[in-house]
Amino acid sequence: MQIQLDHAKCVASGQCVQAAPHVFDQDDDGIVTLVPGNHDAESTAVKLAVRVCPTRVISVAE
Amino acid sequence: MNGIVIVGGGQAGHQLAVSLRAEGYDRPITIVEAEPQLPYQRPPLSKDFLTANDGTLDLAFVELGQYAEDRIEVLAGVRVALIDRAHREVVLDSGRRLAYDQLVLATGARARRPGVRGSTLDGVHTLRSLADAQRLRTKLSHVANVVVVGGGFIGLEFASSAAQIGSRVIVLESGPRILRRSVSTHAAEFLTSEHIAHGVAIETHAVPTEFLGRNVNVTGVRLEGGSTLAADLVVVGIGVEPNVELATDAGLEVDQGVVVDEQLRSSDDRIYAIGDVAWFKSDFAPGRGRVESVQNAVDQARCLARTLTGVPTGYHDLPWFWSQQAGHRLQIAGISTAADAVRLRPTEDPSKFSVFCYRADRLVAIESVDQPRIHMQARRLLAARISIPIERVAEPELDLAAELEAHEGLLAR
Repeated sequence: MQIQLDHAKCVASGQCVQAAPHVFDQDDDGIVTLVPGNHDAESTAVKLAVRVCPTRVISVAE
Repeated sequence: MNGIVIVGGGQAGHQLAVSLRAEGYDRPITIVEAEPQLPYQRPPLSKDFLTANDGTLDLAFVELGQYAEDRIEVLAGVRVALIDRAHREVVLDSGRRLAYDQLVLATGARARRPGVRGSTLDGVHTLRSLADAQRLRTKLSHVANVVVVGGGFIGLEFASSAAQIGSRVIVLESGPRILRRSVSTHAAEFLTSEHIAHGVAIETHAVPTEFLGRNVNVTGVRLEGGSTLAADLVVVGIGVEPNVELATDAGLEVDQGVVVDEQLRSSDDRIYAIGDVAWFKSDFAPGRGRVESVQNAVDQARCLARTLTGVPTGYHDLPWFWSQQAGHRLQIAGISTAADAVRLRPTEDPSKFSVFCYRADRLVAIESVDQPRIHMQARRLLAARISIPIERVAEPELDLAAELEAHEGLLAR
């Protein structure tokens, strides 16, 4: 499973970083980025980040 | 050991419960929510939720079980009948009483209903709750003519979604232009032309006087002046009314929301209000007001969580907003209400720009369309109370990052 980001929808709410700070970061534009490294796409923190994003930017898929 | 009772499980109520636990609050937390489901996201209701194919968009903030794990009790589908301030209890519709150490009103707002004849016909809707969005989602797949009343954020976002699904959509705006209370004329004119390009018609100075029907179903809209439009679905987005009744009945100070001080405390020092319902003095607006946004709900909740865990904290966060419509990402930092001067900062691409808004020669808000970098810089500039002279806005060499750095450099010295 992989984390996918639809950057065009990101509005820099920062909710994902609050939910999973080891996985998500924001660039200078506030837009979501992945922290370098391997992430467990099915972890509780990532699942929470998927849910709390107000613009549904993050998804987890094969 | 009564703990905190939160009335309302929207963005603010949910965030407060989560933030209280994050701040180490150890007593009971109870959320009482009148809607029958767990707290959920509202922003997608006028956007993705309507257009997604799978129909399974689950909008709950957390998975079932997470609240129990965090020892947050959620009473969903439960109404609060009254607040008994003398006994520090809320009384539920069932008669059950919940005692509180502190009570937080996060009751939000409800969609304003139209006052015209025919408003109760089937097919005349407002859009605020998940149930509203579910009904509209079902209907959108088999209606031909959609009329949207109100050219504000909700109406226009809904119009975009409906057009995307394939309906014929007309937006009726009573004033001279859309988004009159939210954005500058330049941004409104740009978005108007983009909506039209995406198949949404916009009629300004258009005031509905009656919704027409056959039997119980809406069939059209009559406008001031007498003309009529065919409609098999009408969505009314003419603003909201704050849910202040509990506060009013309890004798709390209420204006156009529950009046709160800098720490979001009402006129009863055991009762607080946050989110859409709070009537407060923002650092970034003239006078008091309510702010209806995710940012306001989340930041007020976080601020209050600190106060309620022993660190009295005033609310001073910068308001920011966004909207997605006609294929564009509109972001606003600050509050442009009562701006008396605006200046466009164009880019080479006319579909990407920002508008700087001033009040009494001071920068108060920056709107941007598909310019996320400008938006983030705007948030930092405005939060740091940095103003850019209006005559410099259109200068190509103006560099907001450099302005920020210069300011931070001055602070560090």
